[in-house]
Formats: sequence, structure tokens, C-alpha cells
Amino acid sequence: MAARRLKDNALTIYSILSLVVIAIPLLHIIATTLINGAQSLTPEFFTSLPKPPGEEGGGVANAIQGTAILVALTMLISVPAALLTAIYLSEFPESRLRDLIRLLNDTFMGTPSIVAGVFAYTLLVTKFGFSALAGAFALSVLAVPMMVKTMEEALKLVPTDIREAGLSLGIRHWRVVTSIVLRTAMPAIASGVLLTVARISGETAPLLFTAFGNPNFATGILEPVSALPLMIYVYAISPYPDWHRKAWGASLVLMIAVLTINLITKYKLRRR
Amino acid sequence: MKRARGDRVFWLLAFFSSLSVIVMFTLLFYELLSNSVPIWKDGMSFITGMVWDPLKGLFGAFPFIYGTLLTATFAILLSTFLGVGIAIFLSEIAPSSLRVIISSIIELIAAIPSVIIGLWGIFVLAPFVRDNLQPLLQHLSFIPLFSGKTLSGLSMLTAILVLTFMVTPIVAAIAREALLMVPEDLKEALYSLGATRYEVVRHVCIPYARQGIFGGVILGYGRALGETMAVTMVIGNTPSISASILNPGYTMAAVIANEFTEATGDVYLSALIGIALLLLLISLAVNLVGRMIVWKWQQEG
Amino acid sequence: MAGHATDKIVVRNLNAWYGDFQALKNINLSIKKNTITAILGPSGCGKSTFIRCLNRLHELRSDAKIEGEILLDGKSVFNMDPVEVRRKIGMVFQRPNPFPTMSIYDNVAIGLKLNGVRDKKALDRVVEDSLKKAALWDEVKDKLNMPGTSLSGGQQQRLCIARAIATNPEVILFDEPTSALDPISAVKIEDLLVDLKGNYTVVIVTHNIQQAGRVSDYVAFFWMGELVEFGKTAEVFENPKEELTEAYLTGRIG
Repeated sequence: MAARRLKDNALTIYSILSLVVIAIPLLHIIATTLINGAQSLTPEFFTSLPKPPGEEGGGVANAIQGTAILVALTMLISVPAALLTAIYLSEFPESRLRDLIRLLNDTFMGTPSIVAGVFAYTLLVTKFGFSALAGAFALSVLAVPMMVKTMEEALKLVPTDIREAGLSLGIRHWRVVTSIVLRTAMPAIASGVLLTVARISGETAPLLFTAFGNPNFATGILEPVSALPLMIYVYAISPYPDWHRKAWGASLVLMIAVLTINLITKYKLRRR
Repeated sequence: MKRARGDRVFWLLAFFSSLSVIVMFTLLFYELLSNSVPIWKDGMSFITGMVWDPLKGLFGAFPFIYGTLLTATFAILLSTFLGVGIAIFLSEIAPSSLRVIISSIIELIAAIPSVIIGLWGIFVLAPFVRDNLQPLLQHLSFIPLFSGKTLSGLSMLTAILVLTFMVTPIVAAIAREALLMVPEDLKEALYSLGATRYEVVRHVCIPYARQGIFGGVILGYGRALGETMAVTMVIGNTPSISASILNPGYTMAAVIANEFTEATGDVYLSALIGIALLLLLISLAVNLVGRMIVWKWQQEG
Repeated sequence: MAGHATDKIVVRNLNAWYGDFQALKNINLSIKKNTITAILGPSGCGKSTFIRCLNRLHELRSDAKIEGEILLDGKSVFNMDPVEVRRKIGMVFQRPNPFPTMSIYDNVAIGLKLNGVRDKKALDRVVEDSLKKAALWDEVKDKLNMPGTSLSGGQQQRLCIARAIATNPEVILFDEPTSALDPISAVKIEDLLVDLKGNYTVVIVTHNIQQAGRVSDYVAFFWMGELVEFGKTAEVFENPKEELTEAYLTGRIG
């Protein structure tokens, strides 16, 4: 009996220790970012362009603008593509290609983000140079499969007899899907889109040789742009302490944005 | 089937969007393959080549394959151990009021961008490894695994730890879901025989959820293999093949991230694209296996 | 044999499959205008499949197959646009299924709206009229903007009936409309069915013998995908010609 109780206690200790061992570093990351980042957050940080290396001051306005451009462009490309694909997978049961497309889409979800960057480079950058568009394309390679998956699941949650009720009113199929099915699935679809925005806005690797970075504001989508994660990376591996501080500041901004989006989707939109 | 025009247009739109998945998939492989042709001229020697020295025109990818597999494998072993522990805590041990809160926090933490974890890795974890873990592990330096050291703390060990922190939440989340699917009456049946919690977990929960947990582990492994930024920032970026995790290393993703924009010459660039192709094949294979396991398990459940 | 003048729907040699499973075997039957026809039988006998063939919902399933002829007013439904067929043949489902994101008003108006009716006054009139015909108007007239799902189960089912009426169909199919409801709500729906037959041809699927006896003029008894017996309800109930029918009606099988 003593041995049994010992094993039982060992299980409890093992499971609690596992949590502690992982929770401490992860909470430390958040705390460090908060403390180190808060020092950099001045109005200038949000509104100014970076100063040359070694000079104090300046901000990350270009990176904030760049991230906004990249995320908007990516969503412009990938939301329609993913939504239509998800509709094809869930609303046209007679289609033959469904299984193949679903398999390829699932496989695509395993694409390492750096490979998406290489793909966009060989396909677009070699022809048109570094640009926001190439960056958005690389991000879309990651975003579309994720969204197809969540959107298809959202559509599948709509009960079949809702569709049949629509059809039995003599409403055309496309209208049943767009006005009834999509409307019913909207909260889940929106949460899928938002989570993808959160995920995409933190991606760095696909942007290294596509969006490339830009010390100034971008004036068009065919130009290189900066992005918050890109800037964090470049500043982090630089030798300048001021840039390190800026990297923490940019991290704090990015982290707050990403965690806020996650919290919103979790508590406002997810219906379970 | 006869369709009205609106329905036809709608179908065509959806159909061609879906086709784009197939087109993109084909294009991805075509681009990576056609742009890495020069490096495959010597066939397997690119993969087995031990030396990476672009200045001398030597392009052997093995140091990166080694570094990738070594760091990801150690990380997934640690993550499995810790992730299953957390999952057991969240599904069997924690009071129910804590379960939802803790699992939400873990989910939230999994969303932190990897570049931020890399930043923390450079300025917090690497010094910690150098000042605390390295001296400790050097007592074990008679084991080749712990025989080296670095002055910066940027080493494979640091990369393994960073990967562990990133992958464990994923493993824990999937393992928790798997454990929650264990039917309550099975557990109660064993409890009513006078079993302890350990015995119920060991004889009912784990066997029942094994496949789901395994699927989560494989998915986590795929994530660890392809992870770029956090690893690039802390691994030390040295293309050597060292038995010791206290030495710096290099991974496939990291070498692409570091050297792609400065690659001069067709062969150099094609070598990096070749590495991207290898990395893609490895991750896709691992990911596919993981998804099939999870999928099969969901079908049965 | 040509359909009789009062035959609204004529079904000839109808066979239907799900994959390899044959759900309906050679069904022949006529449904008279402005009557209630009950499709009676145990679960799994093909009765739901039968009415889903009438408004061409059956063929939406990827593994579905259908053979034979269904005539609506003498014209083959398979030569018509399925959307046209469904506009003429409405349907109410087993479980009340108002569109979850829409108000009570929109649930009733949606069929017309999506078919291009924009005139607000016309919509208001149809919504009120349909809700009155569904005996729901008095209960909801003050809260038309509330979600349809805020109503009780019985009210939701009457809302679904109003929704089906609003597009002005000629035939309304009911797929076990009371099986998910409490007995009091079920009685209200049954009363409503009888009121409806003045304006519509009604087909109701049920496994409830008493219900078929209470509401229907004609009854078709289905067993394992076959039509065993069809006739006036009073005659079939009092004097079944087939032994199977008698066995089912007396509760010996089912």
C-alpha cells in the first residue's frame, strides 16, 4: 500500500513540476518584455522613423506601418481564396477533388515559414525585386491553409438541415450559402481569421528576403517594407544597446497586439 | 446536374480557388526543385557532405541536417515528458476551477511570436545557460554530449531549451484533449476497484489516449524542425558537427535565414534552395504522419 | 395511367438509393390536392427519403441515386429547375430549425427577400399573414426583432411553418414535425395542419399511428422501403387489406 501511495504522489509531483518548469520561462518572457519594453514606449517611438545606428532616439513607425500593410495585403489575398476553398470543400459534396485538396491543404500546413519565404523569393523577388507584395505572398502561403482548415470546420458546424431549410424555400444554392450558411458560421469564421492575423503579424522568417525591410515609410506595395518582427530581429542581433532597447519596445507592442487578438477571439467570438 | 447561372458562377469561383491549392503545391515543389538544380548535379554528396565553406565552393548540407535533427529531437523528447505531465495535471489532478484558466494561459503563451522568444533567448536564456547550466553540466564532461563550452551561451543546448518552451504548449494542448476524451465510466470502473489515481492514469488514461498524444508529439516535432527565428538567434550558427550540445551548431532553417540574402553565385543560392527543399520534405512528411495519426484517432473516438 | 384531375403529385416506379442501400423500392402513389396524406411506418422504412425525393432534397447527398418519375401537376419534377420545384413544394423539418442568426421577422421574410422581393410593405404583409396562418402572430407580434431561436420549441416549429408558408408554396411536406415537441405543442401543430389543407396540399411523415389517424385523409404505409398499402385513412385503419398493415396498426410490429 505504501508503494502505491508513493507512486500516486510521484504522479502528482511530476505533473505539477512539468507545469512549473514550462510556466516559469514562459511567464519570464512576458515579464521581461513588459519591463524592458515599457521603457521604450514614448510617443516618439510610435511616430518617428528610426535614427541611424549609434544615434539615440527615433522610433519604429515604419515597422508599424509595414506590419499593417503586410497584414492587410495578406488578408486581402488569402481570405477570399481560403473562404471560397472552404466553401468548395464543405458545400459541394458531389465534388471529386475534395479529398485531394483537403490532403494537400493539410500537408501545406506543415510548410516551415522560412520555406514560404524562399518560395516567394524564387517566384516573385527574382522578377520584381523585394516588395510588400512578395512578403504578403509568402505570408499567404502560411495563412491560406490555416484559414481553409478553420473555415471548413466552421462551415461544417452549421447543421445540414439549416441548408436544407434554405433550399426547401426555393432559394438558390449560392444564396443559401452566402446569406444563410455563412451568416450562421460567421463568428467561428471571424475567429479563425483573427487568429490567423495574430499568427501572421508575428512571422519573421518569410519576410527576411521578400519584404526585406525599409528604414523609411513605404509608399507603395511594390516597394520593400519593414515590419515589427523583422525590426526586432535586426535590432536584436545588432551590437547597439539602444537598438536592443528598441527591440524590446517593438516586442512589447507586437506581443500586446497578438495577445489582445487572441483574447478577443477566445472570449468574444468562440462559441463552444 | 443543371444549374442556374448564379449557381454556376458560384461553383466556378469555389472550384478555381480550390484548384489554386493544387497549383500552389505543384508550383512550390517546382520552384524549389528547378532553382536548386545545380546542387543536385553531384546527387547525394550534397546531403552527405560534411563541409560547408562557401568561400571555397564547398556545399555540404549535413551539418545543418544534423543540427536540425539533433535540436528538434532533444526538444521533442523534453516536450513530450513535460507536455504529458501538464496534460495529466490539467485533465486529472488540477481542481476544476484551475483547469480552464491554466489551459487558456498555456494556449495564449503558445501564440507569442517566435522572434520575441529569440530575443529573450539572446539576452536572458543564453547568459543563464553560460553562467549556470554550462558549469553544472561540465561536471559531466566525460560524456561527449556535455564535453564542450561556449563563451556566449549561444549553443545547441540553448536552442533545444527555446524549442522546448515553444513546442511543449502544443504537445500539452493536444495531449490534454486526448486525455479528456477518455470515457468517464472507464476511469470510474477502475476507481471503484480501489485503484489509485496513478493506476487509473497508467492503466486507463494513457493507453486510451496514447494515439492522440503520439499524434500531438509528431505535430510538435514538425514544428520544431521548421522553427526558424528563435533557433537562429540562439544556436550560435556554426556549421560544425559536434557531439556536445554545449557547442554551437546550425540548423537548416537558420542557414537559409542567415545566408540567403548574401549568397553570391548560382551554386551558393541553389545550395540554400536545396536545403529549403530538404527541410520542406522532412517537415511535410513528419506533419503528414502526425495529422494522419490524429485524424485516425478522431475517427475512432 | 394518366393522373386524375385532382392529383397534385403522382409518383411512378420510384426507386432511391444511398450508395448501395436501396431506401425506396418501386413506389407508386398519387397525392390529392388539398388533402393531408400521412406517410406512416417505423423508423428506417424510407418514409423520410420518400418526401425528400418529392422536393429533390434527396439528390443533394453525394451518394444518392434516384430512378422513376414524380409528376407535379402533370409535369415531371426532374425536368424542372430544382429551385422551382422547392418553391412549389415547401418543407418543415423534424427538429425546429429557424435560422439561428436571424430575427423572427427575417426568418419568415428571408425566402422572399432572397428571391428578390424588396418592397417593405409587401414583406410586412406576408410576414403578418404567414405568422397568422401558422397561429403564431399573437404570440410574437410585439417581438418580431427578437432572434427566432429565442422562442420555445413549439413556437419555433410554428415559425418554421410560417417560413415555409411565406414563399407561397402549393404543397407543404412535414417530416415528423411533432416528434421533437412536448404533447401540448404537438396538438397545436396538428390543429394547424388541418387548417392548412384548405389552401395547401399537405404530406406528413409520422411514425405515430394516432397522429396519422387524427389528421390525415389518406395514409400510405411504408415497410422496409416498400409501399405496403395506400388508401383513405378511415378505410385503411378500419379494414387494412394487408396483414403487415394490420400488424403495425395493432402494435404487433414496429
